[in-house]
This record gives sequence, structure tokens and C-alpha cells, in this order.
Amino acid sequence: MRYVISLALVMAALWLGLSGLFKPVILALGVASIALAAWLSWRMDVIGVEHNPGLFSWRLPVYWAWLVWQIVLANLDVAKAVFNPRRHIRQRVLRVPAKQSRELTRVTYANSITLTPGTVSLRLEGNEVVVHALTEAGAEGVLSGEMGDRVCWLEGQSK
Amino acid sequence: MIVIDVLSWFLLLGGGLVGILGGVGLLRFPDFYSRLHAAGMTDTLCALMIIAGLILQAGLSLLSIKLALILLFLLFTSPTASHALARAGLTDGLKPEGEQSSNN
Repeated sequence: MRYVISLALVMAALWLGLSGLFKPVILALGVASIALAAWLSWRMDVIGVEHNPGLFSWRLPVYWAWLVWQIVLANLDVAKAVFNPRRHIRQRVLRVPAKQSRELTRVTYANSITLTPGTVSLRLEGNEVVVHALTEAGAEGVLSGEMGDRVCWLEGQSK
Repeated sequence: MIVIDVLSWFLLLGGGLVGILGGVGLLRFPDFYSRLHAAGMTDTLCALMIIAGLILQAGLSLLSIKLALILLFLLFTSPTASHALARAGLTDGLKPEGEQSSNN
């Protein structure tokens, strides 16, 4: 029930943010469509933390802010490779452990690796991510495991 | 007001520059997998800067919410697309350079 209510609240905020109209008829239509969508999600059993990032944790915005900063740094690294491909490109395929206990956070980790330019996750095999790295700095960044530790923190593990 | 305008133009032009760099990288990089990384630049920093610049132009309005949502969806879908491309390459038997053991 908690999940249904929070889903409805998120959808209401989204709906208001996108429409910005406060006429009674339109509001009523919005309420009806939110109720329908919430009921359908409940019937389809797609309700819960995995489908609603707003519920996940207060740590998510902190992690996102850190991730955006990493994206900026990684872009600079790839930009260097654009100017001088021969000198900076050292392609490598790495296997790094994904220590996260839940599937959702392991996927978050793999997605974060792909999102930072210079590294793309090729496969998620159990507790390992296979990563393709473009440059030396990108490979070192993944191997240092800092991002993995941050995702563990996001998950709420002590380490 | 002028500070916001200057900042927003800096972000818009910077985003455009990053987009061009990504395009140049796409042409210059040697093979399929390295080109994925160049495309990653236009997916991330380019979109981030351009949308941040546009949000500064739009100010505190509903338009900003919509722009932020575009960015959010972009940041969720683009790694999925990159990953799908890389997986397709692997499935098709294209070996990435620098792979040590071939146990697939």
C-alpha cells in the first residue's frame, strides 16, 4: 500500500510538472489517469523500490552528483584521446568485481560504468562486470573500484 | 541577469564544442569499440551542458522541469543503448582489441 501511494504521489508531481494547468476538468482527468495507472501497476506487480527511484534512498542524489562530476572528468580524458588518438588510446578489456548484493545495484553499477565515457560495460556475469576501457586513465579508474564502493554505499552496505 | 546570460551561453557553446569533439572522435578513433566511447561524450557532457544552459535561459518555470526530465531520461537510456551496441558487437564475433583471454 505504501508503494501504491508513493507511486501515485510521484505520478501526480510528474503530471502537474508537465501540464501546469489547474482547471477542474483537467485536474479530474489527471486524477483519473493516475488512479488507473496506479491500479494497473499494482495488477501487473511492477510496484516497489525497483520501479520507483524516488523511494530508493536519500543517498541517490548524493551519488548522482558524484557521478556527474566523474562524467565531466571522464569527458576530459576522452577529449584528450580525440586530439591525439595514437598517444592516448590503450584499449583494454577488464574484469572487475561487482560486490553489490542486489541485482538492482549491480545494474546501477554497470550502467554507471557505461555512462562515464571511456568505459563501457560489455557484460554482467554474476558478480563480475566485463568492461571495455579506452584509455589508461579510464582503466585505472575502473580498477581502483571507487565507483563500486560508492554504489555499495548507495546500497547501504558499510563497505 | 547578465551573469546568468553569460553562464548560459558558456554552457551552450561548451556543450556544442563537446558535441563536435565527440563527432570528430567518432571519425578518428580506430575501431568499433573505441568509437562507442566517442559517442559517449555527446551522450553525456554535451547533453548535460546544453540542457543546463537552456534551463538557465528558461528560469524557474515548468519548462525547466521538462528540460530536466529530458536530461534524466537521456542519462538512463543512453548507457542502455551503448551497452546494447557493445553486446551486439560481441555477439556478432567482433573481438575487442586488448582482450587477453577468449573464454566466450
